[in-house]
Amino acid sequence: MPAFPAAAREALADSQLRRNLAHATSTIRAKRAAVVGEVDEWEELRLAGAAIKDNTLRHLDEHLLTLEAALQSRGATVHWARDATEACDIVARIAHGHGVGEVVKVKSMATQEIGLNEALAAQGITAWETDLAELIVQLGDDLPSHILVPAIHRNRAEIREIFRREMAAVGRPAPADLTDDPAELAGAARLHLREKFLRARMAVSGANFAVADTGTLVVVESEGNGRMCLTLPEVLVSVVGIEKIVPTWSDLDVFLQLLPRSGTGERMNPYTSTWSGITPGDGPQEMHVVLLDNGRTRALADEVGRQALRCIRCSACLNVCPVYERTGGHAYGSVYPGPIGAILNPLLKGVGVDEQTDSLPYASSLCGACFEACPVRIDIPEVLVHLRSQVVDAHRGGAPKPEAVAMKSAAWVLSDERRLTLAERGMGAAGKALNRFGRAVLPGGRRAVRRLPWPASLWTGARDLPAPPPESFRAWWRRTGRR
Amino acid sequence: MSARDEILAAVRGALRDADRAEAPVPRGYRSAPSPADVVALFAERVVDYRATLSRCTPADLADTVRAALGPAENILVPDGFPVGLGGAADADDLDSCDAVVTTAAVGIARTGTLVLDHGPGQGRRALSLVPDVHVCVVREDQIVPGVPEAVALLDPDRPQTWISGPSATSDIELNRVEGVHGPRTLHVVLVGS
Ligand code: SF4
Repeated sequence: MPAFPAAAREALADSQLRRNLAHATSTIRAKRAAVVGEVDEWEELRLAGAAIKDNTLRHLDEHLLTLEAALQSRGATVHWARDATEACDIVARIAHGHGVGEVVKVKSMATQEIGLNEALAAQGITAWETDLAELIVQLGDDLPSHILVPAIHRNRAEIREIFRREMAAVGRPAPADLTDDPAELAGAARLHLREKFLRARMAVSGANFAVADTGTLVVVESEGNGRMCLTLPEVLVSVVGIEKIVPTWSDLDVFLQLLPRSGTGERMNPYTSTWSGITPGDGPQEMHVVLLDNGRTRALADEVGRQALRCIRCSACLNVCPVYERTGGHAYGSVYPGPIGAILNPLLKGVGVDEQTDSLPYASSLCGACFEACPVRIDIPEVLVHLRSQVVDAHRGGAPKPEAVAMKSAAWVLSDERRLTLAERGMGAAGKALNRFGRAVLPGGRRAVRRLPWPASLWTGARDLPAPPPESFRAWWRRTGRR
Repeated sequence: MSARDEILAAVRGALRDADRAEAPVPRGYRSAPSPADVVALFAERVVDYRATLSRCTPADLADTVRAALGPAENILVPDGFPVGLGGAADADDLDSCDAVVTTAAVGIARTGTLVLDHGPGQGRRALSLVPDVHVCVVREDQIVPGVPEAVALLDPDRPQTWISGPSATSDIELNRVEGVHGPRTLHVVLVGS
């Protein structure tokens, strides 16, 4: 996967993708604003959500032990996995133990993060994604590009093509006369997947929340594929990140309000399932929970970055992010796209390990919209800036990056009154010249420069540079004699 | 070291210098003023989800449910359902059943949500999932204003299914379509006193 700037440039050139994304994100934004506006105590709920999660993280060791004991006392088997390989091996071992060659899956970020489907395939076990969007992604041999609407980058005509081309090879074929009507497409998926639900003996899920004191797992969804997976097979394995804990059952009253309204912009999602271990005569009679670290303790150790572990994966920050809206999720090169991805990936993997991850903290304009939208008040811009400095530190020693040089000279200029005045005069002159050659006009009528020579072309290759005004604010202030 | 011990040690190491004091959690949302008429609000929000709704008295319940079932033939009626309708209590082949009738544990007005805790009259979880039609009966006195009141009433030891409208997907260009996997028709029968 190329680093973000290269991937973003490619995505920007795809006008179909930009149309699909702009439509989808603006629709969700409007829905979200309407249902959030209905809740008078919204700000308080956000504060409560943030406080509960922070308190949990501060005592995570104790809550983990409480959760483990509660799960065990209700008949579930608890496994611990340090990393992706360990987690995938546990799931594969359980499948082998039951002699199953296929499992049904409800969409889960954790299992995507650990690459479970690929790992199971390598062991001869097929994993069927059952969420409609995940099915589209899986059949299209594609990657998800959004946390809640993974096929947001596909339109109906593309989906119809994928169904007609691919369904037959893996089960019930799409109807021959399938049109691109969304209801018909959903109907085709219903028939195709029902066959798999009814014969599957093992299912794999994630969990939105894990309640420590009662050992309750919670899955929030819309379609019912989650309920199918959670109740029909004999064996259920849930892969749960260790940050998913909430301390008590009653704490759910905050998150079951915050999540649906922030996520899909609904008052409540169609289905929420909760279960505390095994219920005799109802649902799977064998349950496993895999508690997953995979970098979470690394993130926990980062004082500033720790807050990212509050994330409830609602995707509100994606839908309001101007960078995400234009580039889509694939450009982030990871399971977690958008603003949260830009901080979570480096926190989980560590900076200075690969160029792609190191490029993510720069994939932001720091406009702050993500923080405003976040139901658990994660200050994403703060963490982005913090991670940028870590990236810079990690690369210290080699040749300095152009950004570092630019920032250093900016600091040199800005720290001295006289230098700043001189620089402003230079800017004014440059601005006059640039204004003369400026080709583009930005919204609002300001002139912009489309293309500058290298190295500034690295900047103007992806965006227009507003031409500096002929006179600086400070010069204007002095000239007009206001105090 | 086992994975368990290593993860716990890593958590403790990560928190070594952290301030472990508990931050206060504001809980004022739990005493937010109730809507004036919770039953009316519940009815409005249920319909907003494209579920259908009928209201009746306890005496009319059987007839109202029968009307809601329409032409369905193979009907599931879990043990403990308040009125006799015929139908089977459970089935091995749920896919061949046309409709299911259940009661509920709680209704939530602000969100139009029904909560099943799979007690008497509600059956095991798969019953209200596989058949294409679900008729769910809830009494007016089971309706609470919001999510906090529902969470406070419910018993976490019981498996729960929270249902807000029929099964739905918005995965195709964000067009809401009813029924990908769960019941495509949800009919709510609201019983007055
Ligand atoms: S960071 Fe906040 S807004 Fe973004 S997905 Fe997580 S909880 Fe939602």
